[in-house]
Amino acid sequence: MSRAALLVLADGRLPAGGHAHSGGAEAAVKAGRITGARSLEDFCRGRLHTTGAVSAALAGAAALGVDPVALDEAADARTPSAALRTAARKLGRQLLRAARVAWPSPELDALAARFPKGAHQPVVLGTAARAAGLDAEDAAHCTAYENVSGPATAVVRLLSLDPFEATAVLARLAPDMDTVARQAAEAARRAWDEGTDTLPAASAPLLEVGAEGHAGWDVRLFAS
Amino acid sequence: MSPASPAGVHARARIGARADRYGRTVLPVLEGEAPLALRRTRATGPAAQVTLVGAMSGPLGGDRLVVEADVGAGARLGVGSAAATIALPGQDGAAAHYDVRLTVASYAELRWLPEQLISVRGSELRVTTRADVEEGGCLVLREEQVLGRAGEDPGLLRSRLTVRVAGRPLLDQELTCGPGAPGGWDGPAVLGGHRAVGQLVLIHPRFAQEPPAATMLTDHAALTPLPGPGALITALSPNALHLRHTLDEALHRLT
Amino acid sequence: MHLDHTHDEAAAVSADAHRPDGTRRALRIGLGGPVGSGKTATVAALCRLLRDEMSLAVVTNDIYTREDAEFLLREAVLPPERITAVETGACPHTAIRDDISANLEAVEDLEDEVGPLDLVLVESGGDNLTATFSRGLVDAQIFVIDVAGGDDIPRKGGPGVTTADLLVVNKTDLAPYVGSDLARMAADAKAQRAELPVVFQSLRSEEHVSAVARWVREQHAAWAGAAAK
Repeated sequence: MSRAALLVLADGRLPAGGHAHSGGAEAAVKAGRITGARSLEDFCRGRLHTTGAVSAALAGAAALGVDPVALDEAADARTPSAALRTAARKLGRQLLRAARVAWPSPELDALAARFPKGAHQPVVLGTAARAAGLDAEDAAHCTAYENVSGPATAVVRLLSLDPFEATAVLARLAPDMDTVARQAAEAARRAWDEGTDTLPAASAPLLEVGAEGHAGWDVRLFAS
Repeated sequence: MSPASPAGVHARARIGARADRYGRTVLPVLEGEAPLALRRTRATGPAAQVTLVGAMSGPLGGDRLVVEADVGAGARLGVGSAAATIALPGQDGAAAHYDVRLTVASYAELRWLPEQLISVRGSELRVTTRADVEEGGCLVLREEQVLGRAGEDPGLLRSRLTVRVAGRPLLDQELTCGPGAPGGWDGPAVLGGHRAVGQLVLIHPRFAQEPPAATMLTDHAALTPLPGPGALITALSPNALHLRHTLDEALHRLT
Repeated sequence: MHLDHTHDEAAAVSADAHRPDGTRRALRIGLGGPVGSGKTATVAALCRLLRDEMSLAVVTNDIYTREDAEFLLREAVLPPERITAVETGACPHTAIRDDISANLEAVEDLEDEVGPLDLVLVESGGDNLTATFSRGLVDAQIFVIDVAGGDDIPRKGGPGVTTADLLVVNKTDLAPYVGSDLARMAADAKAQRAELPVVFQSLRSEEHVSAVARWVREQHAAWAGAAAK
């Protein structure tokens, strides 16, 4: 296992499309729910413990080698918003492109052949982690981190928030990310033993509703 | 009827609906254990109508309540409740459990439209609602969670809703809110200070061919097609009345 | 589960000249340049001129709207299924240079859905003078500036002006009104670009977009010639 491979996978500069997505932050900023560092932190913490926990468990399970088709189905059911399902598949497809060049593997090729328009991003991330020789907790950590780093970066652009403050928000969330990753790795192992129904399904109603509204805007900076 | 143990009441209510040879819906199974009681009520259409009557406020901490409805091929059943379900604290601080199991066969219809669930300060309730719909079956399912009585803080509520159609998971989500819930539950990503949140699930074979377009219903309510023959309305509201109004309008629009 | 192992080669390499099925893909030409320099108007003019002689599609990279795509749709320069908009998350240069994944997906979807294509034009969102296209995304790039943006832009250089395969100085008809010295711009561009070509164009003149179209045809001939070998 290579610790550095985890850094490569988790790097925000990985060319996998993340820069065009705000993780719901653009809708929350427009609605006045994120106005600065404090509300950004509250937003990120809520996101991390809901969609972040679910995504991290899906990624962890994929890293263990749980059937990606079953995981993709589980991800669909845990993503009621059609706009978010579309975004997740788009990002999955983009990540898969990057991962196949970075860590060529028959499993990634097979995933691309099975889902030509993209599988859910966490499923791809877990499979990529596996190809990179990483384990379930690594994949979960990476997913938990990007679940909050995306909105934090977006809010720097949307609100002209001081980038140091945004980074401090992420630093303060680190213990929560560790907890989520650890629990996600446990959930992933359970999914391996007992099936994907046991995966967590924590939902964030405002993210779901906000995503549908955002998808209908004519003018926006981010794709989701 | 199960005796109430010191750990709380364990009770089960069962409804079985079948189509008779004239196409009418009969209820060969209709049984409830206290505090759960079931009444067949007057129906306005061809469907049978059942009202769930709670003999007392509850569940209390430590209680385990199970409600099951099984709708056979061709049968049509509507289920409502006489009053809101109120999650109350128990004496020993144990959590209460409330499980709902719904099965809907092909060409059957279930309209599951109970009153709100109110999470009272100091309570801890774990709700699981699981609906299994066979291919061709129809389901209308409403869930409303209200966080605290007027002006009151909520208890800890975990509510998981799973809907499967033809064995495939179509919707699986869990809302956890109240003191003790993971951080950020009342923040700008999750509830944002809203005190009533609801879901309306519609499963219908016509949605497989013509999925409804995603639509905003209010600033805090959206209709979205599910990944299969279904649609979901998610709504957040300042209070229970406003929430019901939003969901009723959506239901009217879609059925 | 058993996934079908149909893709054994590493087909995901973006600069690969072939599609996963082994056929040669379309030539991709990028158009970049500052906001308002006339990229979209040039793309529209090229489409009108070339659409009868080759199979064309366009990808736009709008910054925060779909206006460029909608302009092209409104002008009906191509059927709507041949125009795709990519969203760039406030970073147009990222989408054409540092993280080209969304643009590659858009190009490939166009080839899958309306192909076979001879040429895909990828228009960047209006950006700064350093914004260039990745070689993983396009085979050749055009940098569009205009005389009204200041006649010192060629002198200032920057990667767009210096390295683009074709530099277009647009809106030459405005030069007298904004006091731009075309001869000086030409001399500065020559100094910056050595042998790389420069076209001065006004879409209001009779010559119109024809010089750029000529260059595009040459690029396509070379691309098709390479395929024939």
